[in-house]
Amino acid sequence: MLNYDIVVIGGGPAGLAAAIEAKKSGIDSILVIDRDRELGGILQQCIHNGFGLHEFKEELTGPEYAERFIEQLKELDIECKLDTMVIDITQDRLIHAINTEDGYMTIQAKAIVLAMGCRERTRGAIAIPGSRPAGIFTAGTAQRYINMEGYMVGKKVFILGSGDIGLIMARRLILEGAEVSAVAEVMPYSGGLTRNIVQCLEDFNIPLLLSHTIVDIKGKDKIEGVVLSKVDSHRKPIAGTEKYFECDTLLLSVGLIPENELSKSAGIEMDPATNGPIVNESMETTVEGIFACGNVVHVHDLVDYVSQESRRAGSNAAKYVKDMLIRNGSTLQARPGDGVGYIVPQIIRTDNLEKNLDLFMRVKNVYSHGKLVIRVDGVPVREIKKKHMAPGEMERIKLDLELLKDKNDSILSVEVEKEVV
Amino acid sequence: MYDIVIIGAGIIGTFIARELSRYKLNIALIDKENDVANGTTKANSAIVHAGFDAKPGSKMARFNVEGNAMFDKICNDLDVEFNRIGSLVIGFSEEEMKELQKLYQRGLENHVPDMEIIDKKRVKELEPNISDNVVGALYAATGGIVGPWEMAIALAENAIENGVELLLNHEVKDIQKTQKGYELLTSEGPMQAKCIINCAGVYADHINNMIAKPTFKINPRRGQYFVLDRDARNIVNTVVFQCPTKLGKGILVTPTVHGNILVGPDAEDLDDRENLSTTADRLEYIKEIAKLTMEKIPYHMTITTFAGLRAEPSTGDFIIEESKDAKGFINVAGIKSPGLTSSPAIAQYVVGLVGKILGNLEEKAEFNPTRRKLIRFDQLSQEEKEETIKRDSRFGRIICRCEHITEGEIVDIIKRKAGATTVDGVKRRARPGTGRCQGGFCGPRVVEILARELGKDMAEILKDGRNSNVLTEKTHKGSDGSDVKEWAAVSIEK
Ligand SMILES: Cc1cc2nc3c(=O)[nH]c(=O)nc-3n(C[C@H](O)[C@H](O)[C@H](O)COP(=O)(O)OP(=O)(O)OC[C@H]3O[C@@H](n4cnc5c(N)ncnc54)[C@H](O)[C@@H]3O)c2cc1C
Ligand SMILES: Cc1cc2nc3c(=O)[nH]c(=O)nc-3n(C[C@H](O)[C@H](O)[C@H](O)COP(=O)(O)OP(=O)(O)OC[C@H]3O[C@@H](n4cnc5c(N)ncnc54)[C@H](O)[C@@H]3O)c2cc1C
Repeated sequence: MLNYDIVVIGGGPAGLAAAIEAKKSGIDSILVIDRDRELGGILQQCIHNGFGLHEFKEELTGPEYAERFIEQLKELDIECKLDTMVIDITQDRLIHAINTEDGYMTIQAKAIVLAMGCRERTRGAIAIPGSRPAGIFTAGTAQRYINMEGYMVGKKVFILGSGDIGLIMARRLILEGAEVSAVAEVMPYSGGLTRNIVQCLEDFNIPLLLSHTIVDIKGKDKIEGVVLSKVDSHRKPIAGTEKYFECDTLLLSVGLIPENELSKSAGIEMDPATNGPIVNESMETTVEGIFACGNVVHVHDLVDYVSQESRRAGSNAAKYVKDMLIRNGSTLQARPGDGVGYIVPQIIRTDNLEKNLDLFMRVKNVYSHGKLVIRVDGVPVREIKKKHMAPGEMERIKLDLELLKDKNDSILSVEVEKEVV
Repeated sequence: MYDIVIIGAGIIGTFIARELSRYKLNIALIDKENDVANGTTKANSAIVHAGFDAKPGSKMARFNVEGNAMFDKICNDLDVEFNRIGSLVIGFSEEEMKELQKLYQRGLENHVPDMEIIDKKRVKELEPNISDNVVGALYAATGGIVGPWEMAIALAENAIENGVELLLNHEVKDIQKTQKGYELLTSEGPMQAKCIINCAGVYADHINNMIAKPTFKINPRRGQYFVLDRDARNIVNTVVFQCPTKLGKGILVTPTVHGNILVGPDAEDLDDRENLSTTADRLEYIKEIAKLTMEKIPYHMTITTFAGLRAEPSTGDFIIEESKDAKGFINVAGIKSPGLTSSPAIAQYVVGLVGKILGNLEEKAEFNPTRRKLIRFDQLSQEEKEETIKRDSRFGRIICRCEHITEGEIVDIIKRKAGATTVDGVKRRARPGTGRCQGGFCGPRVVEILARELGKDMAEILKDGRNSNVLTEKTHKGSDGSDVKEWAAVSIEK
């Protein structure tokens, strides 16, 4: 059996930032495990730029952004095991992992940081009827084929779902000489960042068809086309609005789901709204000594926020190992109010906060000129005006610790209010 | 000249091939598709029926009950997953309970063992999630679930080990009578045979009509399904049917041998024998009907939907006989449900027919009824896992993260007889891609392994059917010492 103070599962931006921060906080015995053959997680296939605007004040590609962290990891001499899959973790922080060199390993950790990222929702998850030919990919899989394996997935592409990866891939495919007929989205608004809609669709004259979905897929061996239909306000297809689009490839960009099979096996409590573990201000899950950060907790749209959040997980895991986390003391529960889908963290122990509390959340609808109202036990403590809010763009609120002082067993809620003009 | 050519490598053709491989015969098993089990055998409910449905005295009744009893041995010999989990037909009213009584009586006539009518309380004990409206059920302990395509693949592998020749991508276009027997004109050229066995599934009437008078017609009857994630597996423990209707056995909710949940099928007559599409209205209808069985089925855990085509015979019963017009030409046609269940008994019966045609069959001393066991890494104990990786390090690399399938398993199922050559072929044999990510993660890796093991370029790798290439071509940059590849290589070094 191997022993480490901290084991980080996942070597994407979340795991890297957490490991680096833990080391800087004075913990020497750290192991990072990743099942891929290289560190960097999903960033390695994101060769477009736009990463790191907050972290480094410059526009990097995914691999470049990852590289800066990988370099640091090396400088700090943090141990990694690549090509290694964690297959199980237990409540008492025993990790089971395998690879081709060490074989089957059991590793005892004093603290674990979960940073397994997320996976893409599939055709099955949205149950598109029709035939099941070749040529249907999730956008991320197509991204991997094109950017990492060097193979094209098709020539005439239709994209369902306006998630960021789909938008990025629309542009990528055009640059590789393919034709992209349209991006269809079932919701009345896009699920991606505004910047990606402009830079990846508008700049290339690709139509974005809102309130549309695919109702049939044609083709036996290889996809030949899709039937698109308008949907009503309940997202049900409207009969008579069907339109056929010929294509040899369908890309799905219909959402990401945090990858929490391991978390569940350890008995960690999950938040049905995020599909990730419930975490507290220190990014600790409901199982003591197991922390989580990045897309495994909730799907982020900017990697910079992942890095920030993960540093918090790393430094607190270090505190935990040094027995410096305060377990009792005053606690608040964060609850999404009207118009808010979820809030992370869900539990706030104020004694562990240094100055500010970082709250991440997503709104449920598109709002212009609304505001976020933060209440503690029903009493408004702060309001933040927002010109534009959308489900595709995560909101971050920094709350001054002063506002939460002396609150115990309290409810902190955030709600969207439309500005009354 | 072959002694026997078997047309169709579904569960029926593979089973017959394997049973005939016990004898000193020169046999070819041919299929138009690029893999075995690519017809109806890959898309059905995977139930080993107890046998109370079919009309007493029918071939369906006889072969169902006989076949059911043969599953334990054959699945054990061939290392195929099979589970006698029992089945329930549930009744929601006194009227339906009367129907269940009739089924029970029919079951007795068909010699189905271990059946019992049970009351609501027992039903709820067995199936706590079943609708409170249930009144009672017909319980059959011999009902079970099996991996249907795994079974056909295992049979094909075992048949090949015992000397049968498997010829894929061979579509039979015509058959002619010759002096000594028949000539089959296939897409790959002519073949001669003394005896032909027609197991062509939904095309069995076409094949018959190539050489004999049209005495029956096959109508494709489509059935659609939902497959739910393994996380849903605890919603049901047995095979749960509703009271049957004219169109069939009704919608069922059942576990699969892989721990998923299946909901379906409906029944819809089509003209098109290739149409395996699912449709929104039918899926909606299935949900509607299945709701009667169980109010809360977690459709948000759906991982895929699919459809299968039953080969509905105009005669209403299985057709298993030598053609009156064509000596030595045996039809095994109209093998609709319970065809999978009946397959072991049908195969045995067909061996008898062949014996009559070719004279006494001589057994081979070297016949081996078993095949080398598959390694199912995820099912091993920790010690066994340790040992397996030590023996072959490729078992230390997990390719499919949802189902924990290792590279070792994938290479093995490519290298076996009747091995996988396509992405879906790999999936059917070893399950990468059947999980909740549906191949999103492992797809590229499986394509890579297939290309490597088969000595092909990645662009040549097929998803499933003959023209189902996954990829089109190398990217512009990818084709000539690419930035992309270089970049990837650099990051691997790091
Ligand atoms: C296809 C895709 C494209 C994206 N594109 C962009 C983009 O263009 N811009 C952007 O800002 N954000 C993008 N995102 C969001 C992006 O995921 C996050 O910004 C960030 O990469 C998340 O970091 P992470 O470390 O949480 O997850 P990941 O980067 O996904 O890293 C998770 C790591 O955990 C490893 N892992 C998981 N399970 C195990 C296990 N059991 N054992 C061992 N290792 C394991 C994985 O191999 C992986 O390396 C994209 C996401 C996806 C899925
Ligand atoms: C919806 C549904 C549910 C079912 N559920 C059950 C169940 O739960 N239990 C049960 O016991 N049974 C069930 N069945 C029935 C069972 O699936 C079938 O009886 C069985 O799979 C039939 O096998 P087969 O070998 O006859 O046909 P197939 O598997 O279709 O094989 C026929 C083969 O012939 C090949 N072929 C056709 N034409 C040619 C040609 N010209 N040249 C060369 N090759 C050719 C095809 O490619 C195909 O591979 C179900 C069927 C359906 C459709």
